[in-house]
Amino acid sequence: MQYEAPATIDAAVGLLSKAQGLARVLAGGTDLLVQLKSGTLEPDLVIDIKRIPEMTKLVAENGGFRIGAAVPCAVLGENAAVRKLWPGVVEAANLIGSTQIQGRATVVGNLCNASPAADSVPAMMAANAIATVAGPNGKREVPVGDIATAPGKTSLAKGEIVTSVFLPSRPAHSGDAYLRFIPRTEMDIAVVGVGVSLTLGDDGVCKAARVALGAVAARALLAEDAAKAIVGTKLDEKALAKLAEAASAACRPIDDKRGTKEFRIKVAGVLARRAAEKALERARGK
Amino acid sequence: MAGTHVKTTINGDSVEYVCEADETLLDVLRNRLALTGAKEGCGTGDCGACSVTVDGRLVCSCLVLGVEAEGRNVATIEGLAQGEHLHPLQRKFLEHAALQCGICTPGFLVAAKALLEKNPDPSEHEIRFWLAGNLCRCTGYDKIVRAVQDAAAEMRGGRHAA
Amino acid sequence: MPLDPATQKIRAFDQVGTRPLRPDGLDKVTGRARFGADATAPGMLVGRILRSPHAHARIRSIDATKAEALPGVKAVVTSKDFADRSDDLRDILVNIMARGKALYEGHTVAAVAATSASVARKALKLIKVDYEVLPHVTDVDLAMEPDAPLLHDDLITSGVEPVPTKPSNIARKIEFGHGDVDKGFAEADLVVEREFKTEATHQGYIEPHACLASVGSDGQGELWVCTQGHYMVRDVCAQLLGMDVSKLRVTASEIGGGFGGKTTVFIEPVALALSRKAGRPVKVVMTRDEVFRASGPTSSTSMRMKIGVKKDGRITALDALLKYQGGAFAGAPVDYGGMAGVACYDYPNIRVVGYDVVTNRPKQAAYRAPGAPMTAFAVESVIAEIADTLKLDPIEMRLKNAAKEGTKSAYGPTFGPVGLVETLKAAKAHPNYKVKLGKNQGRGIASGFWFNFGGQTCVSLNLNIDGTLALAVGTPDIGGSRASMCLMAAEELGIPYENVRAIIADTSSLGYNDVTDGSRVTFASGMATIHAARDAIKKLCGRAAKVWGIPEEAVVWEKGFAKPSGANAGNFEPMSLKELAANAAKTGGPIAGHYEYNAENAGPSFATHVVDVEVDPETGFTKVLRYLVCQDAGKAVHPSYVEGQFQGGAVQGIGWALNEEYIYGADGRLQNAGFLDYRIPVASDLPMIDTAIVEVPNPGHPYGVRGVGETSIVPPMAAVSNAVSHAVGIRLTESPMSPPRILKALGEQAARKAG
Repeated sequence: MQYEAPATIDAAVGLLSKAQGLARVLAGGTDLLVQLKSGTLEPDLVIDIKRIPEMTKLVAENGGFRIGAAVPCAVLGENAAVRKLWPGVVEAANLIGSTQIQGRATVVGNLCNASPAADSVPAMMAANAIATVAGPNGKREVPVGDIATAPGKTSLAKGEIVTSVFLPSRPAHSGDAYLRFIPRTEMDIAVVGVGVSLTLGDDGVCKAARVALGAVAARALLAEDAAKAIVGTKLDEKALAKLAEAASAACRPIDDKRGTKEFRIKVAGVLARRAAEKALERARGK
Repeated sequence: MAGTHVKTTINGDSVEYVCEADETLLDVLRNRLALTGAKEGCGTGDCGACSVTVDGRLVCSCLVLGVEAEGRNVATIEGLAQGEHLHPLQRKFLEHAALQCGICTPGFLVAAKALLEKNPDPSEHEIRFWLAGNLCRCTGYDKIVRAVQDAAAEMRGGRHAA
Repeated sequence: MPLDPATQKIRAFDQVGTRPLRPDGLDKVTGRARFGADATAPGMLVGRILRSPHAHARIRSIDATKAEALPGVKAVVTSKDFADRSDDLRDILVNIMARGKALYEGHTVAAVAATSASVARKALKLIKVDYEVLPHVTDVDLAMEPDAPLLHDDLITSGVEPVPTKPSNIARKIEFGHGDVDKGFAEADLVVEREFKTEATHQGYIEPHACLASVGSDGQGELWVCTQGHYMVRDVCAQLLGMDVSKLRVTASEIGGGFGGKTTVFIEPVALALSRKAGRPVKVVMTRDEVFRASGPTSSTSMRMKIGVKKDGRITALDALLKYQGGAFAGAPVDYGGMAGVACYDYPNIRVVGYDVVTNRPKQAAYRAPGAPMTAFAVESVIAEIADTLKLDPIEMRLKNAAKEGTKSAYGPTFGPVGLVETLKAAKAHPNYKVKLGKNQGRGIASGFWFNFGGQTCVSLNLNIDGTLALAVGTPDIGGSRASMCLMAAEELGIPYENVRAIIADTSSLGYNDVTDGSRVTFASGMATIHAARDAIKKLCGRAAKVWGIPEEAVVWEKGFAKPSGANAGNFEPMSLKELAANAAKTGGPIAGHYEYNAENAGPSFATHVVDVEVDPETGFTKVLRYLVCQDAGKAVHPSYVEGQFQGGAVQGIGWALNEEYIYGADGRLQNAGFLDYRIPVASDLPMIDTAIVEVPNPGHPYGVRGVGETSIVPPMAAVSNAVSHAVGIRLTESPMSPPRILKALGEQAARKAG
């Protein structure tokens, strides 16, 4: 295994493009090193992106925030401005693993590892976050939901690398939230995860909403019917019940060591309702 | 396999070593530098026994490559006491019997120190969640949490500079 | 062992019962303490193990020629490097290195020693094993079916008359009890019968198995190892390798948890064989994955429990059927587990039938009160259900039936003074028992028992020139026992605690000691320490007598001084331990105390636990709100470490109850061999664990000490289950009570109500 720590995005793209054999990008390494240890992955080249200055930056941009691919989740959690604008995304990012993992893991890494249970991904999808991809043919922008295609698989072409994720600005009276279910209180992989983002009108009626589900299908998915169930309502009991039902209906889960299909379907609805209520509170400024 | 030469700082001392590209920082500390205070309980970031800080940030050294330490500042359990003076956390762990077998203790101390640097007055809830990545199978955590609370109180009182 | 009159009355202690810092503490908070994987040796090689990917497979052949040819590889061993045997060590031999068949996923089939970890890794890939995959079975009930895949074609069930003619997976049938259960059930006003299942768990010690072996061509060897019993390691390894026991010196490293899981050998004989073949030291350290797949988890069980009572709650009969699978070899603790699991109550009629069953899982090893938590789960669940049905206070119900002095236990002996009643009363008096519960909350009570062991023990106490003492014990210290040993020596000698330093001696420096297990160390090594101190005191008095020119009998020992026994003995200034030590050379040479014995009368420990939980009815998530452990310690030597045992055992039990389990796929492979998905409790899962130490002195120990290490894991599974059952209004009968299981039960209940 060869290790490289380039100083620029171009250099990283160059290394990736020219790589013979298996190449992997190292950001926080919290997934990659586990794969190395177990022997499930034996890359020929590992490209550490933490020496690329723009990858390590978290900056305000057009009323939103750009999160560099090498920014650890802990740094995101320590940023009061990001927490204020996108509390749901930050809480999702801060649920990934322990304090120790937080010190290394990045949301872009979480995205590119392409686990269907990645905590930050449903939250970022609800937030309509956009990933910037650099490659041999220049830059392109992709909705975060289009990066993962299946467990462990991404839409990135050879030589391409996600350099940052952009969290957009948002109108007044907006709120987001992410909730996940795990058997313990910490340290587990999500059995179900739900991100909800919504915006209220001055009259308190929900004008726009996005609901995303994790760990209930081969990749995180947008539950459009669930969002429709609350748009145009004040999130009354009836609307929330419809949201829960639609969230459950959107699930296409499997039985595995972490939970049953039946459990995931039921709990997806429960968490969708709870996350919507939390997002609503935030939108109301409570 | 050709080794990579690394220059870094560990517990304030300049250190140089050669390691393989796929070798973890934990393996480097333990096998090349004889700093065996950090333990490998899992090798997958799930137990926290290998906790160290890199540039002040708490991490699992089993999830850091040795080559990544180039130019960084690493702190391990071996650097916690200043000469013969134990850190208040070390003293409180002893006073509260916050260890039984002791294998997880270095990781807990390194993690607790990082907590108190960030938050000198953590609630029980905050202590428990901060330390959730450090597994202890002997104590049930009760005495560990109490030791951290007591150390925090003492450090806030300023009787012992940490 | 004569009873010590001191325990017959309340005795005042100067040091026992205080909480000094432990002697090994500084090393453990500074990172200096040397555990199993922390040792190195000049020229050391890295040992790695090749394991079976199949749950059950015939090994047609192993070709290691390519691995042996790889530069850096210094030795490869397989079963051919161990002589076969037919004695009672054969199961261990076959477990540490598969012979003919791989019996579980993770079973060792070969091992290599190489100059680096990466070379060793490559070498493992070059070993070609030709497997014929066989049908497998991992479930205890399925393994007992007549057409189940057979693990051993020579396994004939013992304990059955007439002796079966055909082999099966049932290694053993046991039966014990007394009275007439049919009569007892006929007298009952209420009979409750339920079936229970518990999944296998793992001890989950944070330190993986590790050892450093060095064997020379002269046949002498040394082994550094994390183990609960280095004499056991020495004796077993020497026999498996055909070495003289005297030529293998084993040193116990600091040990990073064991809980019973380090009471046998896995990698140690393999490391020694590699070292012998390579002619160099070899270090073998298991990965966490290997620990889960290839060390010794617990049994999983399937049980039927039937209890009859009169209207007032008095038990008339208990009838139990217990099926424990213990992995690929006989030895599931259905006997001890069953006996301990039913031990809390006085049964006029009781019958327990148990089966010890083999399956394609790793051979079980002891885990804290081995086997007891499962049977206790069944007993205490049924007791709780009866108390609910009869609307009896659960503690009163237990008090009515509690075992006490004079109760004939189901396993035979009649109890001496025991503390179950006292723990129940302590629980009832505790503020936790009076807290009002809210919505979706429930309280659970359960009691538990463990026998406690004594066993072979040897201690040596050596007086240094300055009056300090070196105490050598042979039982590895897992939880602070060196502090307790120092306290007892200091108490007996009447000197400061700091003046005694305890170490764990290696196998060549001290006589044989049984393993640290059965909650025996503070009791047995402690009692040996007391007697060694008394032996030393006798010699010290003799030296003083010699100096003073009076008979030895005319000298007494008081708080660190030799004194004339009275006015008639003469008027001499008391002589301190320090003076006696300084003058030892002139009065007859070195002074030491020794004691070696086979300890008996360990005195069981009972406990009662009270837990409150809150269950989220929409997700099945259980939160533990408060937890109380009341347990009899006889006499708490170092109360902090007694509390620590209570708390640690309780939390392990909470894990077992709620989330820990071995999950097998249809392919017979373990799916959760890591701390990510084998979910032991983390700090944020728990409240503080409240404790109440009850002290009913054990007449079998000079200070009244009882072992405390194991009982604490017996009640939690039942206590948590009772609490969850009360919170959700459904009786749960399977562990772990994980969220999917609870939510499923709630869904079924809703469907029943709707239907």
